[in-house]
Amino acid sequence: MNLASVRGTIVATVKEPKLEGQRLLVIQPLGCGGQPVGRPILATDTVRSGVGDTVVWVRGKEAAFAHRPADVPTDAAVVGIVEAHHMPRGGGPEGAR
Amino acid sequence: MFLARVVGTVVATRKDERLVGLKLLVLRPMEPGGEEGGAHLVAVDTVDAGLHDRVLVVTGSSARMSTGLQDRPVDAAIVGVVDVVEMAAAPFGKGGKR
Repeated sequence: MNLASVRGTIVATVKEPKLEGQRLLVIQPLGCGGQPVGRPILATDTVRSGVGDTVVWVRGKEAAFAHRPADVPTDAAVVGIVEAHHMPRGGGPEGAR
Repeated sequence: MFLARVVGTVVATRKDERLVGLKLLVLRPMEPGGEEGGAHLVAVDTVDAGLHDRVLVVTGSSARMSTGLQDRPVDAAIVGVVDVVEMAAAPFGKGGKR
């Protein structure tokens, strides 16, 4: 799993039936220092996060498990809203936060 | 998942029997801001998308969770036609609706 910042939302009226009722977000993956990493991606949301939130997201087949039942065709899902995160001074390539 | 633009179609008469009856489209990935780029890909269309539509694409084994794609050799599926992308103003991207 990784951190990301919620940057926007997607509206898609015509879509796969299993995506009905799912919130679609634009999220920017972040490094542990808070810097953007890579391109923005689209993800489903299971925790009612909002634009501006820092979130935890999961990718791959496991993203479907964030939903119940686990048959939503998604390869990225937001599974938590971050209140704070700490890294020991000098820990990790991005350093302390 | 990511956004992409439909730029073409694929016709393949000889193919795996589990792909018979599936509509195959050529896509070009795009950023939420509208910039297109990156390698093209072929995806199965499950929502009757058309040429030049902006679509939502799921890849990997999750693509097989789309309706009708279980147990088929598919790793990319179009699961939505995008109407609006709303982005907050941010230092790393453009704000506003597109």
